[in-house]
Amino acid sequence: MSAIAARRRTLPGFGLTMGLTLSWLSVIILIPLAGLFLKSLELSPEQFWNILSSRRTLNALRVSFGLAFAAACVNLVMGSIIVWALVRYRFPGRRLFDAIVDVPFALPTAVAGVALTALFAEKGWLGAPLAALGIKVAFTPVGIFVAMIFIGIPFVVRTVQPVLQDLDPEIEEAAGSLGASRWQTIIRVILPSLGPALLTGLALAFARAVGEYGSVIFIAGNLPNVSEIAPLLIVIRLSEFRYADATAIAVVMLVVSFVVIFAVNRLQRWAQSRIPAR
Amino acid sequence: MTIEVKNLVKKFGSFKAIDGVDLKVDNGELLALLGPSGSGKTTLLRIIAGLDWPDSGEVSFNGEDALAQGARERHVGFVFQHYALFRHMTVFENVAFGLRVQPRAIRKDEATIRARVKELLDLVQLDWLADRYPSQLSGGQRQRIALARALAIEPRILLLDEPFGALDAKVRKELRRWLRSLHHEINVTSIFVTHDQEEALEVANRVVVMDKGRIEQIGSPDDVYESPATAFVHGFIGESIELPVHIAGGVIRLGDRPLRLAADGLAPGASKLFVRRHDMLVGPPGSGAFEGAVQHVRNFGPVQRAEVALSGGETIEIDAPRDRELRVGDSVGLQPRRYRIFAG
Amino acid sequence: MTMQIADSVSLSTSEAKARAHAAAARDNLRTEPRAVRIVVIALAMIFLTVFVVLPLVVVFAQAFSRGILAYLAALAEPEALSAIKLTLLVAAISVGLNLAFGLVAAWAIAKFEFRGKTFLITLIDLPFSVSPVISGLVFVLLFGAQGYFGGWLRDHDIQILFAVPGIALATTFVTFPFVARALIPLMQEQGTQEEEAAISLGASGLQTFFRVTLPNIKWGVLYGVLLCNARAMGEFGAVSVVSGHIRGETNTMPLLVEILYNEYQFVAAFAIASLLAMLALITLIAKSVLERHLHEGDELRDD
Repeated sequence: MSAIAARRRTLPGFGLTMGLTLSWLSVIILIPLAGLFLKSLELSPEQFWNILSSRRTLNALRVSFGLAFAAACVNLVMGSIIVWALVRYRFPGRRLFDAIVDVPFALPTAVAGVALTALFAEKGWLGAPLAALGIKVAFTPVGIFVAMIFIGIPFVVRTVQPVLQDLDPEIEEAAGSLGASRWQTIIRVILPSLGPALLTGLALAFARAVGEYGSVIFIAGNLPNVSEIAPLLIVIRLSEFRYADATAIAVVMLVVSFVVIFAVNRLQRWAQSRIPAR
Repeated sequence: MTIEVKNLVKKFGSFKAIDGVDLKVDNGELLALLGPSGSGKTTLLRIIAGLDWPDSGEVSFNGEDALAQGARERHVGFVFQHYALFRHMTVFENVAFGLRVQPRAIRKDEATIRARVKELLDLVQLDWLADRYPSQLSGGQRQRIALARALAIEPRILLLDEPFGALDAKVRKELRRWLRSLHHEINVTSIFVTHDQEEALEVANRVVVMDKGRIEQIGSPDDVYESPATAFVHGFIGESIELPVHIAGGVIRLGDRPLRLAADGLAPGASKLFVRRHDMLVGPPGSGAFEGAVQHVRNFGPVQRAEVALSGGETIEIDAPRDRELRVGDSVGLQPRRYRIFAG
Repeated sequence: MTMQIADSVSLSTSEAKARAHAAAARDNLRTEPRAVRIVVIALAMIFLTVFVVLPLVVVFAQAFSRGILAYLAALAEPEALSAIKLTLLVAAISVGLNLAFGLVAAWAIAKFEFRGKTFLITLIDLPFSVSPVISGLVFVLLFGAQGYFGGWLRDHDIQILFAVPGIALATTFVTFPFVARALIPLMQEQGTQEEEAAISLGASGLQTFFRVTLPNIKWGVLYGVLLCNARAMGEFGAVSVVSGHIRGETNTMPLLVEILYNEYQFVAAFAIASLLAMLALITLIAKSVLERHLHEGDELRDD
């Protein structure tokens, strides 16, 4: 009976591994993040507000969030097209393009930054023809937008791709046999099935683009109020030893990314609950 | 080795997987735990093995408290439902595993281990597969390797969880016979879990029928088939005709019709009448307890299976010998050769 | 269903022909007109070429724009060599730490049931959603001159920020989830049966882990280490905040790319960048090889 009271587990090592996990997690992740929030509590609400409502901060946040959202929307559309082509069609180079989608994940951000800048600079391979059309990309907000599209594309593709692959072909056949046109089938049957995955991809691409630093700062121009992103403003405030300002901006960005993760978790739970039991 | 289980209870949240089970297993027995899925039979087996722990109750081996020991110390051979073979090891290494992980002090030398593994592979008649990997084996072969692996540690008890569950019908039958003769050869106290009554009745020398975490009946295969102790056992084992009846004043009624069947010693009230399909004798109309019309007939080897609509509206299936051909539309009288009535 | 009916009705056509018809009809239900297909494929390829392929090509084109000798000379600079050395050191430290953590955490999370498991996994995932700059900032707030431990560190003469420990810490923070995230789903999917079998055969906990669990997850471990390493070597934002950019001392390869680029030493900047790009390409190739191994495991489990 005494042995039962201990509620034994079959496999050993739970206490030890769980203890180590929680300790290491606390040391590396939780305590440092808690430190940031603690620091922000040293500010009075008024100071906090003053920092955030300064013109430069507001503009930086607007540039980061606004362009990240716009880029995520482009990624949503283009990502869906790419997924459709990769999953549904057979064409030469398909496997290569499939592999290439992961490059933005793997390429160090600083490398992406200098490469995109070289590509879109006024004398670059793409920058020159665009300049001829009167479009300036590098060192303008458009450059930030381009870098954010680059960094976000794999998030949409890799989230939606497996869902489209696993989509039961019978539902399309059923729709077709019930007289739906191909377009109707796509809009009314396939897209709703992909809905949660599309939204998740959008949210992940957005979250990544908001926080992105390396691939953006080279191409951005970094003009205060125009093409200065929030992460860069944090770095600038740090180098000016204005820790309070850096902390306040960081807290706002962190809270937004936590909200996004929370939403993504919810979305995924919702998506799972919609999968019918087989 | 004898096993004794006393008043065992195991809950998963609010679900009672095991709800007060008492069981004694004698030395050298081959016992079947039989029941539908969710009846708690696998949980009981895992608790005996030390892979799960009860909320209350006792488990003892030869009178010793087994719950004081972990799975490692119990020396129980466990054959998992899906075999749980180590997929990165060859068949040989799988069987040798239990010998290789012994504490250094009592570990056998390599030659002894090899000889022992060879012996076990011979026992399960698969010595020629020693260098294969589990993925290269058929289901039946994996099953036998899993058994050889469990036997390697010279277990005091052998436990098998749905040993034939994942195999196709033909292999199943072969392995059943083989398991029985193997048990005869090694004579280790063994328990296996199954949801297949034929398997339990054919292989085991004693059968424990479980439902909803409780034991419904313990007995020899003949006992549980011929004298089911409860309505559940009658319904679960063998194919039965089940009719709702009412007993009052020494008369058994189906609906409002009295049946010409003895009601001696039966408690009054709503009850269930059970008859085996082949125990329902067919005669001319008026010759039996029931009247009915044949609606459908199919032949199954030596028997014909007929669907008969009783005059009260119920439809039952009976198995009749082929000596007298039944035809759709025939009116017949039916008389149960044997029957059982359970209250409830 | 409709196809089968058609098969049985049209007795005149041969069975093979009927089946071909059925296949064609089935295909038509699930695809688009040829023109649409071509447009979709073209859009996908153009987009990926502009946004992904060209940037990659530009790196190498720029790196070799003055010839291979200039390229090699740029890589032989002492500054470049010390950056490569530091990058390797930092990656080794953080991959090692996260490997150990990942194995331990995956065992606790995948092999046991407990309350709050989903929440714990979310916490482990946190660094993925924290801006790299903020990942650096949190360590500045802890260990900087005005940070919580800044005074104590100065009194004991311990240098964390603007030195290797700070860079390693920030890198460990951003690469924290990789190994654990590769292993947890894999180990959950494999269940606990093989471990239970090992324990019931008398193996100890460590024997079970090293002889049964580890061989089963070795490809997953490699996969996690690979991705963790790629990120560790390439991390820029977090490291940039904590490093102090001390030339020849606290510059990793990505930081050196920035410095050289800002000094208009394009060939040198892109030479270093090309090394990092090659690392990324090798990582991707190795990743797809590993994924094939991981899927092989699936097939074995299925039959």
